Amino acid sequence: MLLGRVFKKPDNFKLIRKQIIHEMMSLGIGSLGLIAIISLFMGAVVTLQTASNLNNPLLPAYLIGYATRESFILEMAPTVMSLILAGKIGSNIASEIGTMRITEQIDALEIMGVNSASYLIFPKITAALLFIPIIVIYSMFLGALGGFIVAMYNSGMTIEDYITGLRYDFKPFSIVYAMIKTLFFAFVITSIPSYHGYYTRGGALEIGKSSTKSVVYTSIVILIINYVITQLLLL
Amino acid sequence: MIEVKNINKSFSGNQILHDVSIDFKQGEINLIIGASGSGKSVLTKCIIGLHEVDSGSVLYDNREFTNMDFKERKDIRKEIGMLFQGSALFDSLTVEENVKFPLEMYANKSNEEVLDRVNFCLNRVNLDNVNHLYPAELSGGMQKRVGIARAIALNPKYLFCDEPNSGLDPQTGIVIDNLIQEITEEYNITTIVITHDMNSVMETGDNISFIYQGKKWWEGNKHEILKTDNKELCDFVYASRIMQKFRNI
Repeated sequence: MLLGRVFKKPDNFKLIRKQIIHEMMSLGIGSLGLIAIISLFMGAVVTLQTASNLNNPLLPAYLIGYATRESFILEMAPTVMSLILAGKIGSNIASEIGTMRITEQIDALEIMGVNSASYLIFPKITAALLFIPIIVIYSMFLGALGGFIVAMYNSGMTIEDYITGLRYDFKPFSIVYAMIKTLFFAFVITSIPSYHGYYTRGGALEIGKSSTKSVVYTSIVILIINYVITQLLLL
Repeated sequence: MIEVKNINKSFSGNQILHDVSIDFKQGEINLIIGASGSGKSVLTKCIIGLHEVDSGSVLYDNREFTNMDFKERKDIRKEIGMLFQGSALFDSLTVEENVKFPLEMYANKSNEEVLDRVNFCLNRVNLDNVNHLYPAELSGGMQKRVGIARAIALNPKYLFCDEPNSGLDPQTGIVIDNLIQEITEEYNITTIVITHDMNSVMETGDNISFIYQGKKWWEGNKHEILKTDNKELCDFVYASRIMQKFRNI
């Protein structure tokens, strides 16, 4: 029912466009720093762990770069980053909308004749659908960069091996698969917290509960969708 | 004029409003008074459509509101301004953006005209040089005045005020009461004020409805309320010692 109201024709396209840009800045740009740090370090650690496990003369060294690329494209960037964004963006959305609910700001919108669900939630969902795929691609590159930095300073492999691995047997469909997953995750990351925030009742304690509940449910739904999409697209 | 006819409202089998009928007159301040939990806020939310009534009807200048769909209600809501108890200003927007919001949403005006209207409304509530401040940077009284400025931005026909002077010192409370009274007379609008503040009642009470246990218990004006012998209303009006002393004079 809430989603039905969210996707109704907006009251004012100009204001909605302004809101979408605002949400892209606050939800998207605001997450770039965190995603950069996590991706760089995870890329470095994945490369190190793979290098230590493939320490066998029968296995070619370029497999380290290959494994880093595959793990980042298939899982780390779309799924793990979405789980992180579920915590960061999800709790932010639930507490923002929850606060608006208990301080009667949503009632104020309704009394002005504004479809509050559409005005508040639609720009968040749209901004996430547009921006989270970009964040995921950014994470893929930074993960590979993290591995590259390790390759530069690690005696167990050469930069050439690492780059060969990154380019070895590349299947463009892996990116398509990651983007399909990401779009589903982006929808979940914004819609579930919006729902919990919108239906918050009570006071500050309930805002905290809504925020926690939204992160938990979003994470579980992301994991389930991840399994279902992988089953459907890769097997 | 707003007519409320035989409204009933219950939540999970617990009846809150019992057959309430009240006429709210144009150009006057219509007060809804009553103790906490008496059903004042539920009644107001039923009138503006935030709660659906179980039975009964609400008419805005003979336009039946209760049977309207969302789209039809939207047209009426554009004619409603509301001042909330906690002001309900949008935290993420500046004072100027808050007052501009309904204008940008509905008024077909150029940016200059919108800005002129915003400045006029802020000036009308005696606020200057606060355009770029955020609600959190304002005092409670200033927030209420911004709330009034936002409520009158679209030239409403109906103004609802939910406990407009709660949380304010008596002096600022009187300023807000006077402002509401001036605006009501100036624009000849139908104003409904929910309050349990006796200062407000005595300052602005043209038409007072006392709600007791979800029923309209008494109706009159600020002169009649002091002479009433209605027990429940007397218990409410003369609850404080100072009012009891005043009664005995």
